[in-house]
Amino acid sequence: MTMNATAPASARGEASGPPDPDPAGSATGGAPKRGIPRPKSTPARRGSVFLSAHPRVRLGFLLAAPLFWLGLVYVVALAALLVTAFWSVNSFTGEITTEWTLDNVITVLTGSLYQTVTFRTIGVALLVTIIDVALALPIAFYMAKVASPRARRILVIAVLMPLWASYLVKAYAWRSVLSQDGILEWVLAPFGLHTPGYGLPATVITLSYLWLPYVILPIFAGLERVPDSLLEASADLGGKTWPTIRHVVFPMALPAIIAGTIFSFSLSLGDYITVNIVGGASQMLGNLVYTNVGAANNLPLASAIALIPIAIIFGYLALVRRTGALDNL
Amino acid sequence: MRLSRLSRTTLAVVAGLILVIVYVPLGVVLVNSFSTSTSLSWPPPGFTFEWWQRAFQSAGAMEAVGTSVFVAIIATAIALVLGTLISFALQRFDFFGRHTVNLLVILPIALPGIITGIALNNFFRTIMGVPLSIWTVIIAHATFCIVTVFNNVIARLRRTGTKLEEASADLGAGVWTTFRLVTFPQLRSALLAGGLLAFALSFDEIIVTTFTAGSGVTTLPIFILNNMFRPNQAPIVSVIAVVLVLVSIIPIWLAQRLSGDEQQRR
Repeated sequence: MTMNATAPASARGEASGPPDPDPAGSATGGAPKRGIPRPKSTPARRGSVFLSAHPRVRLGFLLAAPLFWLGLVYVVALAALLVTAFWSVNSFTGEITTEWTLDNVITVLTGSLYQTVTFRTIGVALLVTIIDVALALPIAFYMAKVASPRARRILVIAVLMPLWASYLVKAYAWRSVLSQDGILEWVLAPFGLHTPGYGLPATVITLSYLWLPYVILPIFAGLERVPDSLLEASADLGGKTWPTIRHVVFPMALPAIIAGTIFSFSLSLGDYITVNIVGGASQMLGNLVYTNVGAANNLPLASAIALIPIAIIFGYLALVRRTGALDNL
Repeated sequence: MRLSRLSRTTLAVVAGLILVIVYVPLGVVLVNSFSTSTSLSWPPPGFTFEWWQRAFQSAGAMEAVGTSVFVAIIATAIALVLGTLISFALQRFDFFGRHTVNLLVILPIALPGIITGIALNNFFRTIMGVPLSIWTVIIAHATFCIVTVFNNVIARLRRTGTKLEEASADLGAGVWTTFRLVTFPQLRSALLAGGLLAFALSFDEIIVTTFTAGSGVTTLPIFILNNMFRPNQAPIVSVIAVVLVLVSIIPIWLAQRLSGDEQQRR
């Protein structure tokens, strides 16, 4: 490769003239017959040259709009919510008093209701995540490494399709599956078993069902990236199935697995609608936030409760950041 | 690693079983949409087309579909522009705060919907003083849709590299010409995939929507939630669900074909 071919675009701007492929032409002093015409110097052209010579300006153009949007809409909104957690509500007027107080945070941290609900929510989210990973691993592995290309395409479609059925409808479908005169009771009754009915088990089942495709897809993508040649090499070196999965496949797929867990964990942590539909009387953190925003009209307390999932998610993200999971979302 | 015949079969059976469990509830919804029982009891006591007829005559349902499509299209368009810009910035440049920007894009989807919901509700009403309307829903949806476009585009940018763009610049093309003729065609299918996901995400979103929708704004999920527990409306919800799943085959098939083309070309 010549120097010319590898020179970066920015180093060769307007200034460098077009290369002349015909030395005889320039020797005669006239315009080269087969030369490339020099680009016209229009404002757009000058803009292009300026941009390619100033990468920082280019970066500025790229970042300005998205950062303005995310900064204004999201960061400001989130920051305002965090600040509100340290304000209070005047119990007579219902107006928010902008005086700093730790009351809400203390209430949330020490109140037995909040502690119970927090542990219940974390428990449900963890259980859902474990169930989803346990279900997703075999099917994702089958899709990525065992199935024929044709079967793989059909399986991907089969996994994707429930994603498009509405979230509410799927939760509602489980409400009818789990109900006392639903299909599950009908199937189990001959064996002397019964449907779990509505409650926490129903919530765990429904949430696992809802987030399963979100967990399968990243794990499938991660497993697909494990080259077959590595598996063959492991087999050639005498690696049996389990050692190969443990020492070759698992470490390479781990970031993708963690990416999947971020979805199921975070989505479960804030859910309140599924709990309303199949959860019976049990409450999760989302329900507490919802009642305090709506019926109780106590946004400061709601914000203080919301701090719990925010803290948990940030902690989890910080924990998994090193594994590169965030690039697999 | 060579899987024995036994373990291959076991895996296939397990995968098949999981898929069966995934599809049983959807099947129940399909059956319920033809059932004469309004309380969704099993086995269905009788067969009827009544709900299908009523669903297609329901003005509320049709209007809700229209609202949802409108919101999803505009939110997707905004997400496509912002997501593409930010993936170029993060993939092609190394700058101070790059990881923070990366986190910022992921955050709206990583944090539970209810937090995004109440944060935006508070932001619009208290800080900005804007009444909630369909536009506040669109702004909220666009914010969490950015990440799906971002993921698809940045993955494509990582794979394509900058050689072709440099060649284009070396041959005298300006920034805009290079983008139009070289960069954009390489990104097209990634943009479509990201756009489809963003559309689906927005179309189905309920939690953030509940907190950002004005009183007259009824998206399809809000319509479903409002009608789900009314005895005479519940089977109509089942009909809507069946139609949605059937219609969803088109975008999925499209996305599959696109990615299939990509793989053949490689």
